[in-house]
Amino acid sequence: MRIRFRGTRGSLPVPGPKTVRYGGNTTCIEVRGDHGGLLILDAGTGIRGLGRELVAEGVASCDVFITHLHWDHISGLPFFLPLFLPGRRVAIYGPADPLNMTGIEAVLDRQMEYPFFPVRAAELSADLECRTLADGETVDLGFARVSPLLMNHPAPNFGYLVQCDGKSMFFTGDHEPFVNIYSPEDRDFEMYASLVEQRNRAILDRLRGVDLLVVDAQYTSEEFAVKRGWGHGSMDSALEMARDAGAGLVVLTHHDMERTDEDLDELEARLRAKWKGSGVRFELAREGLELEL
Amino acid sequence: MNDDVRRKMLEAVERMPAFPESVHQVVELAGDINCSQKDLVEVIKLDPVFTLKILRLVNSPFFGLSREISSISHASVYLGLNTLKNVALGLAAVGAIPKSASRRMDMGAFWLHSLAVAACASMLGRRLGVPRDDAADYFAAGLLHDIGKVVFALYMPDEYATIASECAEPGTVLHRCELKTIGITHADIGGLLAGKWHLPGELREAIATHHSLGDGGGSLVNDCLFAANQISKKLSFGSAGNYEVEPLPPGVADRFGVTMDELVADLPSLGEEVENARIFIKLGEAR
Repeated sequence: MRIRFRGTRGSLPVPGPKTVRYGGNTTCIEVRGDHGGLLILDAGTGIRGLGRELVAEGVASCDVFITHLHWDHISGLPFFLPLFLPGRRVAIYGPADPLNMTGIEAVLDRQMEYPFFPVRAAELSADLECRTLADGETVDLGFARVSPLLMNHPAPNFGYLVQCDGKSMFFTGDHEPFVNIYSPEDRDFEMYASLVEQRNRAILDRLRGVDLLVVDAQYTSEEFAVKRGWGHGSMDSALEMARDAGAGLVVLTHHDMERTDEDLDELEARLRAKWKGSGVRFELAREGLELEL
Repeated sequence: MNDDVRRKMLEAVERMPAFPESVHQVVELAGDINCSQKDLVEVIKLDPVFTLKILRLVNSPFFGLSREISSISHASVYLGLNTLKNVALGLAAVGAIPKSASRRMDMGAFWLHSLAVAACASMLGRRLGVPRDDAADYFAAGLLHDIGKVVFALYMPDEYATIASECAEPGTVLHRCELKTIGITHADIGGLLAGKWHLPGELREAIATHHSLGDGGGSLVNDCLFAANQISKKLSFGSAGNYEVEPLPPGVADRFGVTMDELVADLPSLGEEVENARIFIKLGEAR
């Protein structure tokens, strides 16, 4: 299985001379099987360049798994070239919208609604398939199996476990470690702690021994302390997750939009010093980074 | 009860509003960008209609969780603050309880009874060694056990009034009056509702059978709910229109190993729990 990072940024694209090495596009990950087959995780602005390459390559069919519907994970979708070409099949998977009681098919419709976009979803030429996923089910694509797992974010967000060619990777999408909403002096503190523990264990059990873990690590621990509830994890919490799951390698992604290349170099150095000897192997996601499992 | 009436009842429940006090608090919390998840959970878990609707949502095949969710705390861990807040706000938008219904049903008293049974069922569960997080399920069962009565009061107000006046006579059995007048009991409609809304099987069973335990008793949660219901009536914590305290069936009494009076004596903090709920209700009504 080969993985290529097409977008590594959270919140908003940040082009410019200070984001050249780690990249300015928002979340998109390309996954290919050793013997063909392609799937895409998230459709942030990073998907635009990938779409052009797929058309040039003549790829007839692709499957796009959306972790959640926040803009930085879908804003590239209306610019994904295969959607505009007849004879191409594009399948879009993702979570439901529990408030409007609509499935993933509503994403493109609402995103491309007049007057937000000049072309309506109904006018797209590709053969479009939409499938709303449920926690814990498995989608069999032939070359790979993909299982969504509900994570913790201010909107329903699936992490995706991808199993392909005897290897496995898990992408959290956006995820904040679960927190107990009660204080130790509250009566329900222990009860809630036990529910949080159950949730954590259920997720870790699914990830155990994964070859590659790609984790939302937007904040430093200092930032995380004042941004609880914003829906993202810290670099340290990401490495803790990798350690607890026994992951072969962890890639930290969803870089904060304020972060320059220099900032990220510095944070990486700090992290390497802090986690030296821990046995946890990590990389910071860079746009264009390719990994082979 | 024929299918047409049954269908109408279930449709009516879709439009069932939460209590105005809870709606007010949910709207206020949701308007605060720094709203605390704990405060929101505390408001929702004390309101039977909010509880029912949130549980319905998280257990629907549409949401598709891989396990059954039976308490608001559990739903909170899965949904997170923002989804919980927006869903609650959506539910809060449903209109207030019609005046005609609230005239026939003392919602404050009904609410207090439901909360007392909830608190008591959860304490009885703990007494029998149920783990703390499962005790939250017992709380939900207590809170929702009489939800069928709200359906009657809201959508069959005349029949409900007839039943209520008959039940004011000592020795009258409420669910027999319901069978005679409406053709279905509040436990039946509660169970139907729980089934239609995909609530966990144990919760559904507890609601549907809370008046029909045999001598041998039922499951652990059924037995705790039955005893909690009788204790709350005995101690006059609120009222849901039924004043008859039924004896514990032998199977239930055996489970606890003591008489009902001894059981009451062994729950010293129940009064405090109910008092907390009472304060909450008063706060809401004072607005």
